[in-house]
Amino acid sequence: MRVVLAEDSVLLREGLIRLLDAAGMEVVEAVAEAEGLLRAAEEHEPELVVTDVRMPPTHTDEGLRAALVLRRQRPELAVLVLSQYVEERYAAQLLASATGGVGYLLKDRVADVAEFIDALRRVAAGGTALDPEVVSQLLLRGHSDPLDRLTPREREVLKLMAEGRSNAGIGQELVLSEGAVGKHIGNIFTKLDLPPSEGDHRRVLAVLRFLKIRSLP
Amino acid sequence: MKVPRPWSARAWLDTSNVMTGLLVSAVLGQLTLLLALLPPLLRRCLPGFTRVQRSRFAAFLDVRIPPVPALASWRDSATWRQAGYHLLSPVVSAVSAAPVALAWSGAVVGLTAFVQPELQPPPMVFPFDLRNPVVAGVYVAIGAVLLLLAPILARAMATLDLSVARVMLGPSRHELGRRIETLTESRAGVIDAADTERRRIERDLHDGAQQRLVSLAMNLGLARATLTDLPEPARAAIEQAHEEAKQALKELRDFVRGLHPAVLNDQGLDAALSGVAARAPFPVRLRVDLERRPSPTIEAVAFFIVSETLTNIAKHAAATKAEVTVTRERDRLRVLVHDDGCGGATLEAGTGLRGLAQRIGAVDGRFRLTSPFGGPTTIEVDLPCE
Repeated sequence: MRVVLAEDSVLLREGLIRLLDAAGMEVVEAVAEAEGLLRAAEEHEPELVVTDVRMPPTHTDEGLRAALVLRRQRPELAVLVLSQYVEERYAAQLLASATGGVGYLLKDRVADVAEFIDALRRVAAGGTALDPEVVSQLLLRGHSDPLDRLTPREREVLKLMAEGRSNAGIGQELVLSEGAVGKHIGNIFTKLDLPPSEGDHRRVLAVLRFLKIRSLP
Repeated sequence: MKVPRPWSARAWLDTSNVMTGLLVSAVLGQLTLLLALLPPLLRRCLPGFTRVQRSRFAAFLDVRIPPVPALASWRDSATWRQAGYHLLSPVVSAVSAAPVALAWSGAVVGLTAFVQPELQPPPMVFPFDLRNPVVAGVYVAIGAVLLLLAPILARAMATLDLSVARVMLGPSRHELGRRIETLTESRAGVIDAADTERRRIERDLHDGAQQRLVSLAMNLGLARATLTDLPEPARAAIEQAHEEAKQALKELRDFVRGLHPAVLNDQGLDAALSGVAARAPFPVRLRVDLERRPSPTIEAVAFFIVSETLTNIAKHAAATKAEVTVTRERDRLRVLVHDDGCGGATLEAGTGLRGLAQRIGAVDGRFRLTSPFGGPTTIEVDLPCE
């Protein structure tokens, strides 16, 4: 797995390189600003881009904008955005941009090494990894629509689904059998008027599409 | 107005003010007249005279007459006003002291009517015979009325004395206008500076401590994941350090975000507020309708209003939902926060609403709180924005 990394803090950049190494990924280039990220992504054609949001020169949201550009250029490119804060607006823009693997996590999450590596692999494989904080932000928005029809348990399941967990993972987290999880998910799809389909990937996309519609203005 | 009682501290102070005023003004008036022969010397002395009078009002009436800047020359209207005051004040003091003195002494004489004949055997100064109990009774009654009247008179005269001093010793309308202008300017500067400072702190923490903590937590996480063959105490220590680093990270993040969210700079109020609204523990309906972005200062204030108010609602209101509306009407930004909680919010209850009102006042905004007991609560804020 070839990775381009963009992070302006030297300390964190070194750490992330170590972490990605540990995950068996090869960091082909590590840059410190968004311009460099765009150039490096073009040069190396990586499968995964990991980027910070706030980077020089303006220290605002250039990392995110670069990620959006990359996803427009190469929809199949997997992108993991790391940030000190998660904002649902940024998440919505990321999710709206393409259908490939996408992740948006708080930087804090790198502290939990195993889970972080898990999220990395999921994104690289075309799945999703949304920070639990973003997911709850997205789910909390406007309670007046279909989400109201969900039971609290179904809501929990949807939340974990949106984070990118598998049925088994969800079952483990909520202490449910996999069959029960499947039933909940079926109910969720029915209530949200989403046609159920086979396969983990399409299922996550359906949830994401739902989150996207709701969170975009 | 509350009527002061004859034996109250107020009555004593008002009376003392008027009486000492008589003495002080007489002396200062004479000096002013004398020194009028040497105008430059008089100009130099006037501020001292004025200080004496100001200290009198400060001591007895607890009123600080705003000082005026040093008198540069006789071309300065303040110089003439002050000289005029010191010439006029003996007259004012005499006018105000006379009725007060009369009332108090009349009260003493009247109330002691029954003992007067003993003190001053006839022939007496009184036109009526005080040995007649009816006459004495009338005197006592008049004395009582005067006693009750004296503090009111003292109050009135002290007020007269003070208002003359305020007009002539205090800054003129023109000077006040100029001062308001300077104050408005410097206040805007202070607010902008505070705002910039908040951003700088946010940025410094983001680039410094936060990154370092993330790195620390990550390394501890790596250690925890890879050093599995360590003795148990060492592993426990690493585990604990890891958890603590994560907790510190979270606390720092919450704090820094409250300072000034980066997304406010990048994407404006709508994006920043939607994050705040989403984090509230109850559903919040948010509507932000702005054609143009207000100034960063006003944006910061509006953000602060909404996040403070939502925090307040979460803490005190027991609300099940809230509504936030931000709209722009020409040069005003209107922020409306409505919740269905238990109401009864006041500025006094120390719920953070006071700080909110202050921050709004600092940018010349208007603030209205409607919160009957039992709810609902509405906060309406009106901020100026060009």
